[in-house]
Amino acid sequence: MTRLPRWADLVLVPFISLALAGIISAIVILAIGQSPWEALRTMVTGSVGSAYAWGYTLYYATSFMFTGLAVTVAFHGSLFNIGGEGQAQLGGLGVALVCLALPWPHWTLALPVAMVAGAIFGAAWAAVPAYLQARRGSHIVITTIMFNYIGAALIIYLLVNVLKPAGQMDPATARFPAGTALPTLSDLPLLSLIFDKKVPANVTLFVALIACWLVWLILWRTRLGYEIRAFGKSEPAAIYAGISPFKVTMIAMLISGALAGLMSINNVMGESGRLLQNSSEGAGFIGIAVALMGRNHPIGVFLAAILFGMLYQGGAEIGLWTSIPIELRTVVQGLVILFTGALDQMVRMILGIFFRPRRMEAA
Amino acid sequence: MDYAILLQILDSTIRLAVPLLLACLAGLYSERSGIFDIGLEGKMLMAAMCTGAVAAMTGSVWVGLLAGIAGSVLFAVIHGVASITFRGNQLISGVALNFVASGVTVLVAQSLFQQGGRTPPLSGDARFNPITLPFADALSGVPILGPFYADVVSGHGALVYIAFLAVPATWWVLYRTRFGLRLRAVGENPASVDTAGISVVRLRYAAVVITGLLCGLAGAYMAAGLQAGFGKEMTAGRGYIALAALIFAKWRPWYALMATLLFGFFQALALRPDVIRNTIGFDVPVPALDALPYILTVIVLAGFVGRAIPPRAGGEPYVKER
Amino acid sequence: MKATGGNASGRQATAAPFAIELRGISKAFGPVQANKEIAIQVAKGSIHGIIGENGAGKSTLMSILYGFYKADAGEILINGRPTVIPDSQAAIRAGIGMVFQHFKLVQNFTVLENVILGAEDGALLRPSLAKARKVLGELAEEYELDVDPDAVIEELSVGHQQRVEILKALYRHADILILDEPTGVLTPAEADHLFRILRNLKEQGKTVILITHKLREIMEITDTVSVMRRGEMTATVRTAGTSPEELAELMVGRKVLLHVPKGEARPGRTVLEVKDLRVRDDDGVERLKGISLSIRAGEILGIAGVAGNGQSELLQVLGGIARGTGAVILNGESLDLTGKHSDGQSRRRRGISHVPEDRQRLGMIMDFTAWENMAFGYHNDPAYQKNAILMDNDAILTDAKGKMERFDVRPPIPTLPAKSFSGGNQQKIILAREIERNPDLLLVGQPTRGVDIGAIEFIHKRIVELRDAGKAVLLVSVELDEIMSLADRIAVMFDGRIMGERDPATTNERELGLLMAGVTGDTAR
Repeated sequence: MTRLPRWADLVLVPFISLALAGIISAIVILAIGQSPWEALRTMVTGSVGSAYAWGYTLYYATSFMFTGLAVTVAFHGSLFNIGGEGQAQLGGLGVALVCLALPWPHWTLALPVAMVAGAIFGAAWAAVPAYLQARRGSHIVITTIMFNYIGAALIIYLLVNVLKPAGQMDPATARFPAGTALPTLSDLPLLSLIFDKKVPANVTLFVALIACWLVWLILWRTRLGYEIRAFGKSEPAAIYAGISPFKVTMIAMLISGALAGLMSINNVMGESGRLLQNSSEGAGFIGIAVALMGRNHPIGVFLAAILFGMLYQGGAEIGLWTSIPIELRTVVQGLVILFTGALDQMVRMILGIFFRPRRMEAA
Repeated sequence: MDYAILLQILDSTIRLAVPLLLACLAGLYSERSGIFDIGLEGKMLMAAMCTGAVAAMTGSVWVGLLAGIAGSVLFAVIHGVASITFRGNQLISGVALNFVASGVTVLVAQSLFQQGGRTPPLSGDARFNPITLPFADALSGVPILGPFYADVVSGHGALVYIAFLAVPATWWVLYRTRFGLRLRAVGENPASVDTAGISVVRLRYAAVVITGLLCGLAGAYMAAGLQAGFGKEMTAGRGYIALAALIFAKWRPWYALMATLLFGFFQALALRPDVIRNTIGFDVPVPALDALPYILTVIVLAGFVGRAIPPRAGGEPYVKER
Repeated sequence: MKATGGNASGRQATAAPFAIELRGISKAFGPVQANKEIAIQVAKGSIHGIIGENGAGKSTLMSILYGFYKADAGEILINGRPTVIPDSQAAIRAGIGMVFQHFKLVQNFTVLENVILGAEDGALLRPSLAKARKVLGELAEEYELDVDPDAVIEELSVGHQQRVEILKALYRHADILILDEPTGVLTPAEADHLFRILRNLKEQGKTVILITHKLREIMEITDTVSVMRRGEMTATVRTAGTSPEELAELMVGRKVLLHVPKGEARPGRTVLEVKDLRVRDDDGVERLKGISLSIRAGEILGIAGVAGNGQSELLQVLGGIARGTGAVILNGESLDLTGKHSDGQSRRRRGISHVPEDRQRLGMIMDFTAWENMAFGYHNDPAYQKNAILMDNDAILTDAKGKMERFDVRPPIPTLPAKSFSGGNQQKIILAREIERNPDLLLVGQPTRGVDIGAIEFIHKRIVELRDAGKAVLLVSVELDEIMSLADRIAVMFDGRIMGERDPATTNERELGLLMAGVTGDTAR
């Protein structure tokens, strides 16, 4: 295994992976007879070229921070939670139920309750796979995939048969009361000077930033985080230290599911104002890319989420203004996951050419 | 439910089960060799697009089929490079390739045909045309069995019959040939194969390529058999259902046939809610039928109904050690 | 004339070439020299033993012979012909069969399937299976190697699984059979049967190489024996002309006896009392078969024994890693051996500290920093908490810095990851963590394995200091002289039992070596 200096591992590996993904995407764009340069230009202007563009980029980034953190927490416990998608959708259900339950007078009252509900619903959807992994050894990757589909089916059923108001055609809940509407960045004092047009990015962004900080705090400043990280690095050592594998697996997955569920205050409560089918729109999966790219650290997740926000928003602009379909962003997303998560040894080997092998000093 | 409706449902069960069956057998080869593959979905999608595009351009479904296989095998080999050569995380590789496939298929289809990411509708020789089996017409008069033979067994495209033949063929390869013996061994204990002087890497690549080939058939059937052309995300999670079926079948070919027929039956029922209502007297929500394969798989995974034990070396890159 | 004479002797050499001859085999893994200039000659049709302690380089040597590793230097001659063995296929072609310590069998295959794997006769299995069935029948007859050919491996006993491995080798026409620690997993009856098989093989002209650390086996079955120590071949002797005592001495070697300044022990009250302790491993094999012992305050009880005779399990059950049955009484109160309070946290709360045998796998998290590792297992300590929620990393860091200085960890930088310290310094980190807890009972396994001389002395001194502070110490080590110089009482373990207790002042290495080999006074030959 090629051993690189720490900074190279933290900074260069994701950077090279991104560059490789970019190069291959450029080749794909060339192959379909379009200009990669044009695509890049459209993407950058469309995602960060104006305050309005930033308003969308940050909106997406907010969602990705939550799902990226969700994957990160599980990763530290050496659990691959691929069920962020289902957990986010269930979280959306929790948020919707809260928002529709009362004629909320003001968002400041609705938001905390909605957050709790979103987190609990998301965590609940992660609980069964977690339990099956911890007690019965069922592979968590497979069970969380299954739970994505079961969750999607459950939501569709509830939307069509239970939650859809009479007389409405599309499968969705009723609109949430006005008192649940979260202020967007353009509604906030001072920020409204920057965001002069209505943008979807809303106060959830600040919740996401707090979540980044909290996850960092949990992982590196609490006993629980210490136990999760120790268990993730070595199960035998964790048992030696008296750490319960069952407890750690359960709690790490519950936190992970709660974070994924929390995402729904951004899209369900903050943006659409009602629960729709497939509300998470793939953000659960992008969380995987964000966590891998962000090296499983909240700061990295924050940066990677913004990057993927740009990709998502910029990709939409590409779809709108060029002949390149919007699906380009899915390709880039997949390539980033491939290079950072599966071909990382290859990336390290490439980098290793530039770093002379050296032994870590030990006196 | 009258007999005619039952035959209709069985007929569509077969149509819907075939892509699941092919993908499930595809996954079987890879996973039996110790390489987890959650990228069945992506490979099917690639194959569907390649088949749809090339069949539309050449007018020949067979050339399309070859293109589909090529597209699928390409992705299989990338998965092999990541998980065998570079010993990367097999699960992440599979997930990643699914995303790449989901995007690339639309990109290519759109740039070729400018029809919103679809390929042009296929017809005539560009599709797998139904084959009428011998005596189907003659025997259709025979009560019960006659219509069953004529409507359910006969009248499918070539790939349907190939898929069903692939079941005994896979069983035979797995349990009656040297390759099968080694394949099963490398997925259980690669060290046993290695100490016997056989290349673990070569065996696993072979398995992964077969997986690509069968996924190619599955995708081609989607685009040129079940439907007439490629559409965005047309596999709609079938790769994952096939994965579920594989677990449900405990990585065995005949069980795979039964699992995919069962899951195909659920899908067929989901298309006919009226039939369910008339038969059992109340509505079963369609989403419940959609979710049933996954719920059953979780129950099996949890070990409540017969434990599903995956190949022991599955998911772990082989590192030679004493 | 001279030339003719030279020719004659040359002809003589080719007339009866050795089955295996190794010349100057060397192999290094990084800085560790696993094999140094090994030379060995094994006569055809003989049983040759290779004996040595764990880590002496026996298995590395055999892996070179089987094509798993490439030697850095040296030459291999099979039947007098120089042979290059780049992979296992080549070894098989050269007529070498290997029975690994950990079997290389496919658990859910039948015996027949395992036997033909890699040695099939064609693309179809049926003919191969039929042929193998016939051959297996013959082999069973010839060598007492009877196994049901249709049995599935996972349903077979370990002894039968081993026979399948031998059958695999014979089916591939092996003339030279290497067995690596074959009896480690066998019951005495199974071992006896194995030896009968090996004698039969020898009678049929096969050559057998038996790698073991058990003196009794060497004495019982081999014709010649080579002793390995620290990567070197120290002696090759005829078994008939040697004794277990001599071999034990050659094996352990006369190392520079490290002097541990140590006063008279002043044992106080009983701290630990173990009665009829039994432990089963995950496979249901009983690893501890009724251990009883006691340790008093202010004394070191040394457990001597060849690795794998239950010492690890003893440490694990006392340290809260494994579960067991029986009674363990600490300071007059019994310990939970199976329930909620049988984990490592509970043990630490009761005043037991544990320096595990495998420090890198169990004792620390290699990716954690040194200061994080200083809290490992004690991360719930109130002194390490800032408040109800947050840990006080600064307190841990300060604490770690002090401990690293007091234990002379080099470099004394607590923010370095554990993996960047040398083995000796990693061990000092763990010892600092465990000893400075001031436990009533310290469990310590292989305290100086892979540790340089300077650190050994330091570590020994600290253990003695803890004893002098009136604490009880349970010391497990495979290094006999470590036990001899540190322990106040020595208990010898063999096959999950305590063979006897000796006073280090009155016993000697020979006596202990025999006990370690399972030879008690009355059965010694």
